[in-house]
Formats: sequence, C-alpha cells, structure tokens
Amino acid sequence: MIPGAVREATARDGDQIVYVAPDRLLDALRWLKETPGQEFDYLVDVTAVEFRDRERPIEVVYFLRSLKRRADIRIKVELQPSDELAVDSVWSLWRGADWLEREVFDMFGITFKGHPDLRRILMWETYAEGYPLRKGFPLRGRFSRAEQVRQALNANPEAHYSLEELSIAEAGGDLPDDMRDRLRRGERGVVPEPPNP
Amino acid sequence: MKRVGEVQSSNYLLAKFQDLVDWAVNSSRANSLWPMPFGTACCAIEFMATAASRFDFARFGMERQAFSPRQADVLICAGRLPFKLAPVIRRIYDQMPQPKWVISMGACASTGGVFDNYAMVQGIDTIVPVDVYVPGCPPRPEGLLYGILLLHKKIKGESLFDAVKRREEQPLDDKGLRLPPETIDEISEPFGNSVHQFRSS
Repeated sequence: MIPGAVREATARDGDQIVYVAPDRLLDALRWLKETPGQEFDYLVDVTAVEFRDRERPIEVVYFLRSLKRRADIRIKVELQPSDELAVDSVWSLWRGADWLEREVFDMFGITFKGHPDLRRILMWETYAEGYPLRKGFPLRGRFSRAEQVRQALNANPEAHYSLEELSIAEAGGDLPDDMRDRLRRGERGVVPEPPNP
Repeated sequence: MKRVGEVQSSNYLLAKFQDLVDWAVNSSRANSLWPMPFGTACCAIEFMATAASRFDFARFGMERQAFSPRQADVLICAGRLPFKLAPVIRRIYDQMPQPKWVISMGACASTGGVFDNYAMVQGIDTIVPVDVYVPGCPPRPEGLLYGILLLHKKIKGESLFDAVKRREEQPLDDKGLRLPPETIDEISEPFGNSVHQFRSS
C-alpha cells in the first residue's frame, strides 16, 4: 500500500479494518480502487462515528467492496474533535459518494474537501440547529417546538431543489423568475439538456 | 276523520327553512367526501386496506380518492409528519377548497407518537386544524372507518347559518404560525415515557 498511509490494520469478526492517516486517505483509496489484485470498485457506504467518550476522535468510515473479488474492506479515518472536521472527498473516485458524503456532512458536520455540491440532504438547507447525530445535540433539537414549527412552515421547499431533483421541466413557464434562473443555471452551473419530445 | 286545517296530516313537512337547507347541504357533503390521502408511513398501508374491497370506504361516499387537493374535501394525514413536510401539507391544505376537513390518522400524526425528536412535528394540529383524531399505531381499518363516520356526524351538525358551528380556518399569522407559539409549545410537550428524557442531552 501507500507508504506511511496505514496507521493500524485489524481484523474483527472476519472484517478487515484499516485506519488511514487523514491526509493520505485519497491516495490510499485510489490505490485500493485501481491496483490490480485489490480492485475495490464499489463504495458501499460512507458514515461517521462519534463516541460517547469525548476524548476519542470522530471516525469517518468507508465501506468498500470488490464486486470482482467478492471481498470487503473497511477504511477508517480518525478526526480529532479539537481540530477542523474535514477530510478529502472521494467523489473523484466514486460518483456515488456525492449523496453519502452530503449525509455525513448533514448529520455530523464533517466537511468533505473537493465535494462538488456539499449541502444538507436530509434536513432542509436553512436548518440552523446544528448537526443532529453529534453527541452534543439534544434529542429534541435546540429550539423550542414553536420556533421549529415556525422555521419549518416558513421554509420554501421549491427554492432549494435543482431541476434534476424536481423534474419539472415542462412546468418551467409557471415558476418565479429567480427559480427559473436557478434552474437554468443548474445546481452545478451546467445547462440541462432539453427533454426529448 | 280529519278536519280541514289540522296540521297532523302526513302531507305536511314542518321545519325551519334553514334546517331544511342545512339538512340537504350537510347530507350531500357528508355522503360524498372525497379524501385527499397524505400517506407518509405505515398508517398509509392501513389506509389502503380501508380503501380496498374488504373494508371499502366507497360505501360511505368516498369512492373517488382525489389525488389533487383542488378536488378534495377531507385531508387524511396517515403517518408521521417530519418538519420538512410541514410546509408541504400546509400548502396542500391551503389548496383545498372550502369546506374542508382533516382527519389525523394514527398516533404519530396526532401527537408525534414515539418520534419525540428533533425532526418530527408533534401533532399536525400545529400545522393544520384537525377535525377527527384516530388513535392507533397504526389504527385498524375499522378505526379509520369509525373516524370517518364521526366526521360524518360532525358535518351533519354544522350549519350554514350559524358561524359557531362552522369555523373557517384563518390564514397563517405574520409569524407564519396558525396557533400562538405558547400553544404550540404546550401541545408539543413530551408525555408518557418521553418525560424522562431531557431537552439537553
């Protein structure tokens, strides 16, 4: 593997778990994906773990699978809670990491550097209470119920979705100007193809 | 032997004209309720069972399910409602023409149920006015049918001429709420086992 990347490798319950240094994560995953004999071509899931012990680092976990070799491996990256919670995005290796990393960002507040479209995916974009799966997050949220209802009712769902997510191409003429403009530009600055007649 | 002018003859129907109009209007409304299903969870499965042949709420005039709010009379919220869906159900409710009613089906729609957490509306009555609450997790189809019959009863008690018996929903206030914030906090308070969990972690 990449020299200096692996911090620790264990096997637990028949699963291989490899701890990787955060700054070498992208190199290590690229090596795992592209090296003959490894060929972990499928990113099953990206998630994160925060432990009750606040001293322990937050782990970002990557589940990889090789469809050809029928083998699994689990890659973990440890992030110190005192530092900035940021790690390289693996979107350049697996396009499927897009939404997985958005979910981790939404729930844990971990920034993925190089992600093309890092914004909340489960909670709405104007959600201001923090990151719900962090240990410091109260179960019922930070705001009062009335404030939560007020913010939810004042959210404008249409304003935050792209054309791909809404599939309202034919309804374009009825939309407000700013939304039409946003849809024309697309979420990533790409002009969408007109639908086939 | 009847004398002319005696009003005991069965050829007369004596009632106030207003009552007659109310009877006609309410009977037609109650017996042709078109539901707008808003199914978000397992309650929607029971709702579908209620609509299917074994229970068949078409027997009570709900033959046509309106999947468009513009043609619906009663909104049936079947299942839990996350905050993210709150503006959606409010807009659907606003799009329904008057007169309109709401059935809150199941524990989650009525109170938040077991989901006493950061993501869930604690009772859809904080978002839209509710006419009938159907308890259960999920309610059996008989339960929903009973709720529908209760709604029939409620509709038949309304009056076109008496504003007390027919409450029109007001639009949202300047804060964007339909109830005062204190009321929302009060009806969202935890109950049952949830009271042992604190707001702070």
